[in-house]
Amino acid sequence: MSSGISATEKVDGFTRKSVRKAQKQRKAQGSAQFRPQAGNLSPGELSALPQLRDAPSTEQQELFLQKLHQCCMLFDFLDTVTDLKSKEIKRATLNELVEYVSTNRGVLVDSAYPEIINMISTNLFRTLPPSENPDFDPEEDEPSLEASWPHMQLVYEFLLRFLENPDFQPSTAKRYIDQKFVLQLLELFDSEDPRERDFLKTILHRIYGKFLGLRAFIRKQINNFFLRFIYETDHFNGVAELLEILGSIINGFALPLKAEHKQFLMKVLIPMHTAKGLALFHAQLAYCVVQFLEKDPTLTEPVIRGLLKFWPKTCSQKEVMFLGEIEEVLDVIEPTQFKKIQEPLFKQISKCVASPHFQVAERSLYFWNNEYILSLIEENIDKILPIMFGSLYRISKEHWNQTIVALVYNVLKTLMEMNSKLFDELTASYKADRQREKKKEQEREELWKKLEELRLSKIHRNQNNTHSLQNSSSNNNNNNNNGNREPEDHSSLTFSSTDSINPETSMLNTQCAK
Amino acid sequence: MAGADGDDSLYPIAVLIDELRNEDVQLRLNSIKKLSTIALALGVERTRTELLPFLTDTIYDEDEVLLALAEQLGNFTMLVGGPEYVHCLLPPLESLATVEETVVRDKAVESLRKISHEHSPVDLEVHFEPLVKRLASGDWFTSRTSACGLFSVCYPRVSSTVKAEIRQHFRNLCSDDTPMVRRAAASKLGEFAKVLELEYVKSDIISLFTALASDEQDSVRLLAVEACVSIATLLPQEDLETLVMPTLRQAAEDKSWRVRYMVADKFSELQKAVGPEITKNDLVPAFQNLLKDCEAEVRAAAANKVKEFCENLPEDSRETIIMTHILPCVKELVSDTNQHVKSALASVIMGLSTILGKDNTIEHLLPLFLAQLKDECPEVRLNIISNLDCVNEVIGIRQLSQSLLPAIVELAEDAKWRVRLAIIEYMPLLAGQLGVEFFDEKLNSLCMAWLVDHVYAIREAATCNLTKLVEKFGAEWAQNTIVPKVLGMANDPNYLHRMTTLFCINALSEACGQEITTKHMLPVVLKMSNDQVANVRFNVAKSLQKIGPVLDSNCLQAEVKPVLEKLAADQDIDVKYFAQEAVSVLALA
Repeated sequence: MSSGISATEKVDGFTRKSVRKAQKQRKAQGSAQFRPQAGNLSPGELSALPQLRDAPSTEQQELFLQKLHQCCMLFDFLDTVTDLKSKEIKRATLNELVEYVSTNRGVLVDSAYPEIINMISTNLFRTLPPSENPDFDPEEDEPSLEASWPHMQLVYEFLLRFLENPDFQPSTAKRYIDQKFVLQLLELFDSEDPRERDFLKTILHRIYGKFLGLRAFIRKQINNFFLRFIYETDHFNGVAELLEILGSIINGFALPLKAEHKQFLMKVLIPMHTAKGLALFHAQLAYCVVQFLEKDPTLTEPVIRGLLKFWPKTCSQKEVMFLGEIEEVLDVIEPTQFKKIQEPLFKQISKCVASPHFQVAERSLYFWNNEYILSLIEENIDKILPIMFGSLYRISKEHWNQTIVALVYNVLKTLMEMNSKLFDELTASYKADRQREKKKEQEREELWKKLEELRLSKIHRNQNNTHSLQNSSSNNNNNNNNGNREPEDHSSLTFSSTDSINPETSMLNTQCAK
Repeated sequence: MAGADGDDSLYPIAVLIDELRNEDVQLRLNSIKKLSTIALALGVERTRTELLPFLTDTIYDEDEVLLALAEQLGNFTMLVGGPEYVHCLLPPLESLATVEETVVRDKAVESLRKISHEHSPVDLEVHFEPLVKRLASGDWFTSRTSACGLFSVCYPRVSSTVKAEIRQHFRNLCSDDTPMVRRAAASKLGEFAKVLELEYVKSDIISLFTALASDEQDSVRLLAVEACVSIATLLPQEDLETLVMPTLRQAAEDKSWRVRYMVADKFSELQKAVGPEITKNDLVPAFQNLLKDCEAEVRAAAANKVKEFCENLPEDSRETIIMTHILPCVKELVSDTNQHVKSALASVIMGLSTILGKDNTIEHLLPLFLAQLKDECPEVRLNIISNLDCVNEVIGIRQLSQSLLPAIVELAEDAKWRVRLAIIEYMPLLAGQLGVEFFDEKLNSLCMAWLVDHVYAIREAATCNLTKLVEKFGAEWAQNTIVPKVLGMANDPNYLHRMTTLFCINALSEACGQEITTKHMLPVVLKMSNDQVANVRFNVAKSLQKIGPVLDSNCLQAEVKPVLEKLAADQDIDVKYFAQEAVSVLALA
């Protein structure tokens, strides 16, 4: 989106490094919170109010509200010289408020709710500033920290204590902690400051727990944030935190799972594996996926097919993560589900085993150290051995990495012990199979060459006909001829996606039929 | 297998299916990319009755394959039998328009838009418009998103009842409860407005525009700014104030910097769309605010527009507005805390001189140029230097040359080679503007120093720069000033510098002409064939090949040939190779 294109991206890339260096020095400056010209409050002097604990109980409530009001004043933390006294007063007041709501009973009277929420909204809700570093790489770079954190931290703390107060009444609060409030809270998850996201995570979790009426809304909005992340921006800092919350939400889903939840799994969580920054949240994502499968094992097949569809093509690091996730899935898989996906799955694993990247090969070979997976393989050795054999046999001879070769020998030995007869047969036919593949390859090339010639000749013919005939009529002509000569071809062979013409395409047939 | 029946024009479909279903994604992708060939082999009828249904069923595949398919189908009209059958392409494209992956969906929509024009008005209503409606009321957001891009292509050619339905669908999508769909609708709002009758623009579009511009999500609001340009262009001047301006004013002061950024980014378009009067009354103060925005991102976007904005101001009040309203802001930006802002400004500020004329430039702008030429950030200085031509036309470059020189020298010696590279690229331009005398006196030594830079890219650029200078100042200048220095480097103890001599000769021989090349350059090259470093020797061979065409044939036979023959017998394999190549290219064998 064009809003994301910063001024730096429009100029030559060569400044980037220097820019980055300069930014490191200016770190912790990012804050769009303080905007005097748009602000509802102009900074002025704060004067200290008496301590709450010193006030007579009749006046405490009034003083509490006054203090809440006082804390609505915002300060510019980029400016480190002015308003020092007022900043300190606000900090002390916030501290006092935190203590007040966490230790006292009976302080949350109905009339306090709107004031509390107003103070929180004023302090927290803001448009997050543009990233100081346009190519911010969460894995490499230091995040820019929120400048006004000394105050903001206390406001978050206050919100949390407020929600956790034993007197807290969701029925009263729901008038203020509404959809709009939650949406603004969710937007803050994009904050670059990990401290802020950590608070948000706990707070959103509390809200989800206490406000039943907001649950569907929260899930739906998270859904939207994720979809935007996957398909539009590829950037959102709080994915891991949101997934962590979802992990516990999924855990609590009632059975049978609602269609809405299944859709979330298949249309959001699985495509999320394509994200560039997968490494940042893969653990949480895999946890969510496995949670789903533990709830409903019939989801195993679509999940594994989904992962196979999005299997990384060039990024070895991600491939290792995928393999890790597959192992987690296999750990909880039911044998009947395993049978359904073993063929496509082991075709992929056989490719991974043969990967020239040793970490990918190694990670997939580790599957054979897993007792449960081993038992599943043994049970289905007739199917799996023919799929795996070619790759294993080949790399046992030619992989550059000795560790891999050693691992492959062990795996081959294990497989041989499972079914030595089949193993011998495959060894014997290995060469012939390779030859057959080569021949098929040649035939394919031949076919395309002929098709290409045909295309050229047709174009040529059409060009000759341009003045007299339309292209379409010339095509029609051909078609009629074809039809006349080989009428049976029409009926016997059609493009139906279900009939299997070649046993080797049967896997794809089932895919197509989906 | 293929063509076993002996008829080239008929292939067993099974074989083609096998190709489209091949287990290897790459092979499947290749087959899909040649789908038109397959369709040709099948002929139009079987393409319609067998290939297309198959493709419609195959929608579950890798996104990469689907993308290729979506693209192919946009060009398939003739292959299914021409416009009267084009609607056969709709079912597979409809499915593709609902998939998750954005690039696939966008491509499917693009293809649908393309083939929509090939539909007859009747087919459009019978086949195309129902598809749009189905997409617009799809369950999952992807189909609704795709629908947004299709309204405008069918609206102009359908009956008025259908038009009313389309407008209703568009309205619904503008208030869809998923932000993804609202974003898609907002981004197509301007395009849709353009095909609507004016009365509906006023009655429908304006309310949608106002609603989207105050959406709860800033990602939607900012798209409304883009639509604002199209809508304002469509409306008569007298309606703008009431229908568009309230929203635009609000956008310029939006609480989200992204929306303000968008306003700044689209400022010139907005300015043209609303016309001179509103510009004077509303946009000038709005622009001032954007130039003073608290977010650097916004200031930079606005700074980028300074020149265009000033250029497009109404002529009668242009100078007054610039001098009293814009220039004060610009002055502040020159010392902005953010270097991107300064550098955005530096890339356009010189353009103001043509608008303000000589006297104002000298009095008001020159100090700013000079300040930016001394800026701590190299990019700012570079941007000033790269736009010198604008100032040159108005006040001549001499006014600047005193400050220019230190700035150039400093950039020329910058620690970052990319900065040095950038300044080299402006050398020919500077040389042209400053004249040969100034150049010889002040800049020539810099150009020679770059030839021995420790970064190859700089040496290479410096070589190329010499060629351009020679083209500018002529062969005689070259012979007097640069050729001696270049040839002097042939005796340098560093072999990289000796190679630079050869690279310079390669570049200069043509510009310098036969005489200089034969008399001065060739002897040096030939002598270097005895160099002890093999890299130098094979570059001698390459150089000879390069300058050969400039030399006459006597010289080639008498002087070049023996040397190349000697090199062709060199003990180093690379030297041999290039010597042999040169011999054969120059036809000396």
